[in-house]
Amino acid sequence: MLVIKNLHAKVGGKEILKGIHLELKKGEVHALMGPNGSGKSTLANVLSGREDYEVTQGEVLYEGKSLLHMAPEERACKGVFQSFQYPVEIPGVSVTNFLKTAVNSIKKYRGESEIDALDFLKLMKEKMKLLQMDEVFMSRSLNVGFSGGEKKRNEIFQMAMLEPKLSILDETDSGLDIDAIKIVSQGVNSLRGPHTSFLVITHYQRLLNYIVPDKVHVLSDGKIIRSGGKDLALLLEEKGYDGVG
Amino acid sequence: MPQEKNVAIKKITEQEYKYGFETHIESEQAPCGLNEDIIRFISKKKKEPLFLLEWRLKAYRHWLKMEEPTWQHVKYAPIDYQKIIYYSAPKPKKELKSLDEVDPELRSMFQKLGISLDEQKRFSGVAVDAVLDSVSVATTFKKKLKELGIIFCSFSEAVREHPHLIEEYLGCVVPYTDNYFATLNSAVFSDGSFCYIPKGVRCPMELSTYFRINAANTGQFERTLIIAEEGSYVSYLEGCTAPMRDENQLHAAVVELLAKDNAEIKYATVQNWYPGDKEGKGGIYNFVTKRGKCAGKNSKISWTQVETGSAITWKYPSCILKGDNSVGEFYSVALTNNYQQADTGTKMIHIGKNTRSTIISKGIAAGHGQNTYRGLVKIQKGADRAQNYSQCDSLLLGSQCGAHTFPYIESKNKTARVEHEATTSKIRDDQLFYCRQRGMSEEDAVSLIVNGFCKEVFRKLPMEFAVEAQKLLDVSLEGAVG
Repeated sequence: MLVIKNLHAKVGGKEILKGIHLELKKGEVHALMGPNGSGKSTLANVLSGREDYEVTQGEVLYEGKSLLHMAPEERACKGVFQSFQYPVEIPGVSVTNFLKTAVNSIKKYRGESEIDALDFLKLMKEKMKLLQMDEVFMSRSLNVGFSGGEKKRNEIFQMAMLEPKLSILDETDSGLDIDAIKIVSQGVNSLRGPHTSFLVITHYQRLLNYIVPDKVHVLSDGKIIRSGGKDLALLLEEKGYDGVG
Repeated sequence: MPQEKNVAIKKITEQEYKYGFETHIESEQAPCGLNEDIIRFISKKKKEPLFLLEWRLKAYRHWLKMEEPTWQHVKYAPIDYQKIIYYSAPKPKKELKSLDEVDPELRSMFQKLGISLDEQKRFSGVAVDAVLDSVSVATTFKKKLKELGIIFCSFSEAVREHPHLIEEYLGCVVPYTDNYFATLNSAVFSDGSFCYIPKGVRCPMELSTYFRINAANTGQFERTLIIAEEGSYVSYLEGCTAPMRDENQLHAAVVELLAKDNAEIKYATVQNWYPGDKEGKGGIYNFVTKRGKCAGKNSKISWTQVETGSAITWKYPSCILKGDNSVGEFYSVALTNNYQQADTGTKMIHIGKNTRSTIISKGIAAGHGQNTYRGLVKIQKGADRAQNYSQCDSLLLGSQCGAHTFPYIESKNKTARVEHEATTSKIRDDQLFYCRQRGMSEEDAVSLIVNGFCKEVFRKLPMEFAVEAQKLLDVSLEGAVG
C-alpha cells in the first residue's frame, strides 16, 4: 500500500525528516509515536501533499506509484485521507454541503456519476450514528464553533463518509476525553479491513488500547529509531522516549 | 502566497465572459446626442401625455445645471453625453398575440441566456416581463394577475393604460432633482416596469423582469415603479445580462418603491452585465438610483442584490423608514474581478418611531478588482427607539485587489441603537488545502468557500434565484462559487 524510502523533507529551510523508511501493507494499522518536534505531523503533511513542505530526498510509493508527484486532490481521490490535528473552519459551508462536494469530486475523478441526494442523506445519517453525532451537525458550518472533540469526531466522520484506502490520523486523540476516544476508535475500527490501511500518529499509548496496531514505530529527530509490535507502545509508556532509543 | 495558488486563482478569475454575443434586430433609434428635441422625440415616439413630456423637460433643464458626482471610489474616463444614443427600440413588426409571434432571433437570444418565455414558467410560478433594449417585447401571466387587480406591465404601457397612477406616483420617492444620474434618467428614460398591488392583495407569484442591453452605443435608462397599497405584498426579481462590447456603455436606471401601511415589498436583483475584458477594456457603467419608501406604518422593504457584472457599479439601494415600526433591509453580494470597480451600499433613513433596519454586505474582490462598501445610517430626531444592525464583510482573492468600507452613521436620537461590524479576510491556504485533501480541485474549493461567505445573502433570495446567483458567481470567478 505505502512504501516510504529514505524520505528527507524541509520546512522553512530547516530539515525535519532525515531519512524515513516505512512500509505499510494493505490491511495493516501502524502507530507512529514520538516526542514533540520529532517530525510526526511533517510526515503526515508530506504524505497528503501540503505545500510549504519541501522533499529533498527519497521517494514514496502508494499502490506502486510515486505519491509525491500527485496534487493533493489527486491523492485524496486515489484514497489517501488525512485526519487533521487542527481542522480548519469554513464559515457558511455546511457539513453536508462540504461532504457532498467532496464525495462528488472523488466520484467524478473515478468516472462515476454523482451521488443521489437521498442516498447521500441516508449514508450521512448512518455514519453519524456510528460516531454518535447529533444530526444538527449536518447543517452547521464546517468546524465553526465546534469544540475540540467535535472537530476530531467530525474528521473521523468524514473519513467514514469518504471510505479511503489509506488513512493518516494526525493526533486524532489529543483533546479527547476517554468516552470520545472510544467513539472515535470505534469509527476507525469499523473501517478496518483487508483493503484499508491506517497510519495512526499519537502521543499516547491509551489510544492504542482501542485501536490495536499491527506495528508501532518510534520517531525521533526525523528518523524512525525503533519499530516493533503493539507491546512497544507499552514499553514506551513505561520508560519514555529516551528509554527505548 | 505560493505560486501555485496564484496561478489557480488567476486561472479561475480570467474566465471569459460567457454571455458575450449580439443579436441583430433592426433598431429604430434616435440620433446621437441630447437636447430638448431628443426628449420630445422620445416622448413622441412613446405617444406620451403632456404631463410626462413636461416632467422630462423639467428634469433635463435641471440636469443641465448639475455636475457629475466625483466622491465615489471609482475611476473612469469622462463620459461624453453627446455621443450617446438615448432611444433605441426594436421595430414592432405587428401586434403580438402569443409568444410564438415573438421574433425568432430574439427568442433564441433568450434561450441562450437561459430565459424561458414559454409555458414552462407557468409551472415554476414566474411571470416574466422581458425588456429588450428599452421596449417590452412580451408579458406573460397578465391574465392571472389581472384577476387580482395587480398591474404588472412595461412602463410605457402603464403610461398609456394608467396615466393617473404614473402622474400620481412618478418621482414620489426619487424626485427628478435627486442626483445627476437619476435626473438624467428622468429626462430620457425609455422604458421599464410598472407594478401596482392593490389593497390587501398578496401577489401569488414572484414577478420577474429580465433586462438586457442590446444595441451598440445605447445608453439604457430604465425606470421601475412599484406601488404596494395597504396590506399588500409583492416579491420582485430583476435579472440582467448583456452582450460583449468594446465601448463603455452607460446605464443609469431609477427604481422607486412605495410601501403603504402594513405593505411589504421584496426586491431582488442579479446583475451580470458585461464587466469589460481582462485588461479592463469595455464594460458597462452602471449608475443606478434605487430607493424605497416605507411610507406607511408597519411597512417593510427588503433589497437583495447580487452584483457580479459591470465595469463600474455605483448603486445604493436605500430605504426611507417614514412609517412607525417600518422595517428596511439590505442584503448584498458584490463581486469585482479583473479591473471591475464597485462602490455600493445602502442608505437607511430612520424617520418614524421603532423603525428597524438590517444591512448585510458581502464584498468579494479578485484580480485587480476594487470593492467599496459605502453606507449611511441616519437616525432623525423623531425616530425614537430606532435600531440598526450593519455587518460588512470583505473577502479578498489574491493580492492585487482592494476592499474598502465607508460606513457613515448619523444619529440625532438618544434612544436609537446602531451596531456596526466589519471584517476583512482572505481565503487562507489551510482552508484550500483542507478542501483539496478531501478531493476537491482548487477551483471547486474557492467556489465552495466564496459561496459559504455569501450564504447569509443567498438565503434571502427566492429559491430558483439563489441557484442562479450561485451559478453566476461560478461563472464570474470561473467555476468558482457553486
